Amino acid sequence: MAAIEANNITHRYGSVTAVDDISFSVEEGELFGFIGPDGAGKTTLFRIAATLIIPAGGRMTLLGLNTVSRYRELRNHIGYMPGRFSLYQDLTVEENLNFFATIFGTTIRQNYHLIEPIYKQLEPFKKRQAGRLSGGMKQKLALSCALIHKPEILILDEPTTGVDAVSRTEFWEMLTQLKHEGITIIVSTPYMDEALRCDRIGLIQSGKLLSIDTPDMVRRSYSRKLFAVTHPDKYRLLLALRSMTAGSLQAGTSGTGREAATESHTAAMPGPLAGSAEPFGDSVHLTLMEGAVPDDIIRALERAGLAGAAIKEIIPGVEDVFLELMKNGD
Amino acid sequence: METTKVIEVEGLVKKFGSFVANDHLTFDVYKGEIFGFLGANGAGKTTAIRILCGLSRPTAGKVMVAGIDAARQPEEIKKRIGYMSQRFSLYEDLTVTENIELYGGIYGMTMKEIRPRIAELLDRLDFTGHADTLIGSLPLGLRQKLAFAVAVFHNPGIVFLDEPTSGVDPITRRQFWEMIYETAAAGITIFVTTHYMDEAEYCDRVTIMNEGRIVALDTPSALRKQYGTSSVEELFVKITRPQRERI
Repeated sequence: MAAIEANNITHRYGSVTAVDDISFSVEEGELFGFIGPDGAGKTTLFRIAATLIIPAGGRMTLLGLNTVSRYRELRNHIGYMPGRFSLYQDLTVEENLNFFATIFGTTIRQNYHLIEPIYKQLEPFKKRQAGRLSGGMKQKLALSCALIHKPEILILDEPTTGVDAVSRTEFWEMLTQLKHEGITIIVSTPYMDEALRCDRIGLIQSGKLLSIDTPDMVRRSYSRKLFAVTHPDKYRLLLALRSMTAGSLQAGTSGTGREAATESHTAAMPGPLAGSAEPFGDSVHLTLMEGAVPDDIIRALERAGLAGAAIKEIIPGVEDVFLELMKNGD
Repeated sequence: METTKVIEVEGLVKKFGSFVANDHLTFDVYKGEIFGFLGANGAGKTTAIRILCGLSRPTAGKVMVAGIDAARQPEEIKKRIGYMSQRFSLYEDLTVTENIELYGGIYGMTMKEIRPRIAELLDRLDFTGHADTLIGSLPLGLRQKLAFAVAVFHNPGIVFLDEPTSGVDPITRRQFWEMIYETAAAGITIFVTTHYMDEAEYCDRVTIMNEGRIVALDTPSALRKQYGTSSVEELFVKITRPQRERI
């Protein structure tokens, strides 16, 4: 039996469809990530899973229990960490933890082994008010509180948003450890690079799932060869590469449609060299048009006054795939 | 790169009681530069930005922003800078036009100056159909692009961007950075914080703060070389991660 089974989940707020016919299943002990920007529907989906919202359509079961009809029973088996810090700011670290343990009819002592690796770092501050903790510490306390009743499933809504790169790395290490304890985890994040930490991921945008697979298979689903182009003048490099794409040539021509545009260009120049050009930090990720080779790009850049550029083939990342899927969806 | 200094910081110290939030910071930022300000949560970034924006006074040290002394005339600084953050940028229950008029007015522009520039701005952003749309009903990505345009509407010498792209989708995030590039190329200095380490690579120079101090400051490529890492992310973790036993 899958730990989580979602079938055709739909939810609306007024005229806005926040979650649009989403189906997925998560295996027991799996670390499953939903990757997508703000407004993609992640929070709504997670609230439905946490039995806090009744979906407008579809059904979801966790551990075989329906999130609507068996919500009371289910709540004892799940731990939920909402995106917004929602512990009691004026209670101390220890008081918050005690409070959540008591609600679930347990004690800190009983399940201490589960939270120990996380809570150990918090213990020096256990008399401090939760509202006065740093971002990374708050997040560790929230995770401890979500874990204190020994849930079988953890639902973590953007636990790493706004948290620095180091604390994020530490947080993912904790999740991996919890996974080894046999806990099923669904987690959402807007940081695409975190996808690689998950067993499987769902890419989500505008309420729809664009893709579900292992991070590796998602990366392999990229449809073309991908290249990284570098040059010290990053902005001019981007502009130059953009001007070589098919989209830019068509958009730049004030003709009477696609046919006229192609014709006028074949007369003047050899046609677009690149399919797409997207900035990725220190490089621009580029796909080539059929027939074009990397050397063509280097030569075209030289003509544009950008000598000394480098190009190499790279393995696409999850963000490359996300961009491709978003554009195809338009 | 121009060498006119827009920000000059020398020996900046900020204390809260006995706690030293900024411990002798020294750095310059140049005209038209994209300057990335990185650091772990609690490293002292927010404290320093508040001082640079004239919202808080230094305990000691020299801080000049756009030619103004932050210790003596913080109010003057506010007039000469732009500011945008992901948490607060525009008023949701005002329309696009009303927000621009409000900000222009706050920065001392007259309606006569504001009106013609609104049309021009909306056109440039591809926003012409949205002049009377409430901000609250715009998608986050559009909102953030507009917020940035509003932050530089009064032509400040420098604009502070505090996690401007947090949670923004990958396409809009890239459009946003192209706006940043464009603005910097027009001579406005960009001072930006981000938790997306790939965005740090877009900056001309980055500084990394840790426990109240600046521990690294150079171009991304020079820092990568210096620390022998392949990305700024790796570098960031290497520099700021405490040397303790992993759990």
